[in-house]
Formats: sequence, structure tokens, C-alpha cells
Amino acid sequence: MSFSVPASLEAELDELTTHYPVKRSASLMFLHALQEHFGYISKDAVEWTARKLGLQPINVYELVTFYPMFRQEPLGKTHIKVCRTLSCSLAGSAELRERFCTRLGLDPHAHAAQTTPDGQFTVEFVECLASCGTAPVVLVNEDLHHKVGTAEADAILKQGQKA
Amino acid sequence: MPEPFKLILKNLDEPGFTPDIGCYQRHGGYEALKRALAMPARDLPDGKKLSPQEALREDVKASGLRGRGGAGFSAGLKWSFVDRRSGKPIYLICNADESEPGTFKDRQILHKDPHQLIEGMILSCWANDVKLAYIYIRGEMPVAAKLLNQALKEARAAGFLGKNILGTGYDLEIHVHRGAGAYICGEETGLIESLEGKRAYPRIKPPYFPAVLGLYMCPTIVNNVETLCHVKHIVLMGPTEYAKLGTPNNTGTRIVSLSGDVQKPGYYEIQVGRVTLGELIFDPNFGGGLKPGRTLKAIIPGGSSSKVLKAGEVFKLNRKGADGQMAKVDVSLLDLPYDFDSLQQAGTMSGSSAVIVLDDSRSMVQTLGNLSEFYAHESCGQCTPCREGALWLSKATHRLSHGEGRKADADYLTHIAQNIQGRTICAFGEAAAWPVLSFVKKFRDEFEAQGAADEAAHAKSQGTSSPKSSDPRSAAGSLQTH
Repeated sequence: MSFSVPASLEAELDELTTHYPVKRSASLMFLHALQEHFGYISKDAVEWTARKLGLQPINVYELVTFYPMFRQEPLGKTHIKVCRTLSCSLAGSAELRERFCTRLGLDPHAHAAQTTPDGQFTVEFVECLASCGTAPVVLVNEDLHHKVGTAEADAILKQGQKA
Repeated sequence: MPEPFKLILKNLDEPGFTPDIGCYQRHGGYEALKRALAMPARDLPDGKKLSPQEALREDVKASGLRGRGGAGFSAGLKWSFVDRRSGKPIYLICNADESEPGTFKDRQILHKDPHQLIEGMILSCWANDVKLAYIYIRGEMPVAAKLLNQALKEARAAGFLGKNILGTGYDLEIHVHRGAGAYICGEETGLIESLEGKRAYPRIKPPYFPAVLGLYMCPTIVNNVETLCHVKHIVLMGPTEYAKLGTPNNTGTRIVSLSGDVQKPGYYEIQVGRVTLGELIFDPNFGGGLKPGRTLKAIIPGGSSSKVLKAGEVFKLNRKGADGQMAKVDVSLLDLPYDFDSLQQAGTMSGSSAVIVLDDSRSMVQTLGNLSEFYAHESCGQCTPCREGALWLSKATHRLSHGEGRKADADYLTHIAQNIQGRTICAFGEAAAWPVLSFVKKFRDEFEAQGAADEAAHAKSQGTSSPKSSDPRSAAGSLQTH
């Protein structure tokens, strides 16, 4: 399948470019928008961004490999980010992540992001999500879930099965 | 009984308060902006005149406002460093990349009261002749980014933003820029690089002081979300009244993020220095005490990068005596006023005002392991001591937390941390080193006991008295001997 950016998205990105006196500044915003649309950043997306912003592909690719939020492969429809850092860890985030993994048949001890074979879920440990007062927190796609106990964890999984 | 003091948080948790401009204006929103933009030039006693913009800059200086992001530097002084003669545009960036572990104060403002930030930003931009500004927000806060975009749209429609603001001829545009998960973007020069579309490698200072050579090599102001909100209140109250809040040299209010082993974790706004660490943790108006049956073990007082404080510690603080002379006075940990200067005198910092409480059920070895893993993950990789050292720290604390430690690891950790701090381009090196240095110094017995127990268990299983020289851990451990 050839890579094609819908005209409406391209127009949106062209407008975004006008926010900056230097086009290169729009790189991160381009990558966010392309990742949201395609689910990940492909080699084509890198080259397309570079062409649009008058850059070399390496200028864009080095961002994809530096910033933890960018992905080079498709992820699950429900992306579960469990906060790993101190306050959430004190509140049991390691056990919480293990529960997600075990229930989904993923390796509870592997550290990196894991996706279920059916493409429904990705479970990942991430660093501080800046909501330490309601630990442990879990970011499910765009929604932050607070004080996540076992019941809420299971509800997140149930919801994700329907996605 | 000490009470919270709501200035920045005044409206945002009130029932029925919504993030839209109508609600904000019904609560007095944008009145400060209208007032400031209508201010006449100010006559000084020496016959000189200050333009209204200069007057606001002077007011921010006089208010004593110190940056709420971490460094606690005078906001007015930071503004005064801006190169206004270069002929280049001046930029302002709001640092909304809240990511210091333990901190969740800016999140509240961004999600619940975005117009307060925008009004503070417009005032700050106006005072500094800024025509183009950015809000650099954490990538992990997509909802807040949308709320901010909506709020900016509303402000534009109402004439508070865009061309010819309130008919004064002043033009300003503010855009939202999203980060993508890198902690280092909270460092202001790293943030600037990131906003330029590059990897967030911090710049070396000198020469790249943002006030002179910032965004696109132009003079740039980078201020924290909470700091910018305070500017609005300085306009409304006047600098003299504002400076009566808090304590001398530690004026105004601060939002403290309280987490860890307390009954009521949460965000609490206080007058700076009018509430002690003990009150924050134990008072029913704040943390409400520890979990039942627990005792206090340690406090991380200003975000994960600050040096840990141990229960029972007593500090020598400079205090003015009855005779007006400064004298050293003993102040115990729980009596430390929560402010910039007292914590600094106690050998740590209030940083981003994030207090993480640890009770006696916690292992300091495991706790440090968690933090060191964070720094190893977040080092940008630009400077060798930090890139390699942060990883070594993480590996050593990891083995100590997983039954593979060594008695000498306490010294090993200290040795590495000492060789990171002061040897990097940005303060991340210190941020990675300080928790290690303070944890090992203050809880050395725990680290040594863990290492000794692991060695003993290892020897028992191997049938030897010490790890073999072929053990990869020995190679790393040998660093401590020179």
C-alpha cells in the first residue's frame, strides 16, 4: 500500500507550519499528527515529513529514535501506559503492570512495550506521568486513570476488548 | 493550625468552575490584563518615567517572585537579563513540560484553569515586548493540549490575543507545542532545542543563555506555568501586597505536590515558608499523617532530584535573633519551614515543590533503584559522564535490589555519582547524582547490609568466599579503587 496523507490532514499540518518562523520547528507536531493517523511512524512518514519541512530524512528520523512517545511499529488499539516511577511504584504500579500482562498473556517480566498477537492491546511501563497524588496512574490512549486498583484494571481490559 | 492559602488554586476546584472563558471571566478573569494595558507611564521620584511595560517588569522584581519550576531564581531578575538591544524578536516560552517525579501541580492549572495561565502569559509577553510565544506542553498531556488550544481560540475571539489586543495596538500570538516524552525537555535549553525541531540536547552556558541566545538564537524567556500565573496576581495585588504573602525572600504562594506514604496525598497551596514540612505531612489540613502504625523514615523534599532528608535530622539554620543579629539555630526536620532558603540551608532544595514521603516499610535501596532507573532512562546521552554514569548507577542499584549486590556497592555508587556531578552540560548530571549521594550517605548501613547479605548468599551458593574475578560485576566494581 502506498503512503498517502489525506488532504485534510495535510492542510492541518500546513497550517501548523505557519506557527513557527522556522519550518523545522513543526517536526514534533508533524510526527504526533502522523502517528495519530497511521498508528506509528513509518519510513515513508519520516521521508514525507522531511520533504514537507525541507529537511534531510535523518533530521526527522533522529527525533523518532530520541523521543520515547514515537513508535516505528504499529501498536495495540488500546495502549496501556503504566507509570513506573517512584510514587506510583510505592502504590503498587509494578504489580499493576504484571496484572495487565498476565491477564493478556504477555510476559510479566519483560520490560519493553508488548503488544498482544491480536493487536488489541499494548502494555508499557513509562516514566512519571505527573499525577503522583493519585498513584498508581495509568494512561489508556489519551485518558488518565487515577488510583487504579484491580477492579479498575480489569474494567480497562474489558473496555479494550470492545475497541 | 496552618491552613492552605488559595491564590492560584482559588477557583479551579470550586464546584461548577469550568475551563471556558465565560466562567473564567465571571470569576474576574482578564481584569488584570485590562488593568495593566490601561496603565499610564509611571513617574519615578528622580523625575524619570517608566513605560507601563517597564513598570510591570519592575513590579515583578519588587514582588520577590521566584521561579516555581525548580531553580527558584528571581523571575524579575531573569526578565531583566533579556537582551533588549539586539534588534531581534524576543520570545517567551511557557515550560509546561511538568515531569519531575513527584510533581503534579501544573497539571491542575492546565486542565482546570487554562485561562489563568494564558492571562499570566499575555501579561508577561506584553511586559517584555514579546510578539510570539509558545506553550511547550508534555506529550503525555494530550487532553490539556486540546483544552489550551480551545482556550487560546476563545481568548483570540474575545480580543485578548492576536492583533491589536484590547485596541492598544499590541499584537501577540501564542501557540501550543507538544513534547514527546523526554524528561530533558524540562531543562530550558533542551526545551528550546526541542522547540526548534531537534533532539533535546541542552546547550552549553555560556554562551547560550536563553536571555541572549535562546530560541532561533534570539533573546528568550522560559518560565514555568505556575510562575506565569503569579504575574496576574502581582498585577491585581500590587507588588507590595503580594510580597506580604509568604516570608521575606520567599514571597507569595506555592503549590506543593504531596505524594507517597501519607493519608491524603494531593496538591496544597501554601504561603511560602508559613507551613513546615511536618505540618505538610501530619496536619489534617494537608497530608493528614502517615498510614496507621507507620513511622517516618525519609522525605524527598523537592522532586526526585533533591537530596533526601532522614527522619530525626537536625539542621543549622541562619535565623535572626532577638538582638537582630544572625545566628545559627538548630531546626529539626519536621520544623523546617517549607520555602526556598530553609531547604537550601538544610543541604537540599524545594525544587519543584514536590514532597515524597517514605515510611518505615520502605527499603531505601529499592527506592533509590527506582529513581536511578528513571535517570538512566532519561539521560539525553549528550555528555559521557551522565550517559554512561547514570546507567552504571542504575545497574548497581538494580543488582542491590535483586539479590546480587556487593558490600562495596555503597562506595561504588558514591564514586560514580561524584564523577557525574559538575561534569555535564546541564543540571541533569546533578539531578542523577544527588539522590544517590544523599541516599548512600544517610542510609549507608542499609546499602552495606544489603550488599553484605547478597555476598554471603552468593558465596554460599558458589562455595567461595568472594565473587570470581570473571564475574562481570567485579570489573565494574574495580572502578572504585582509583
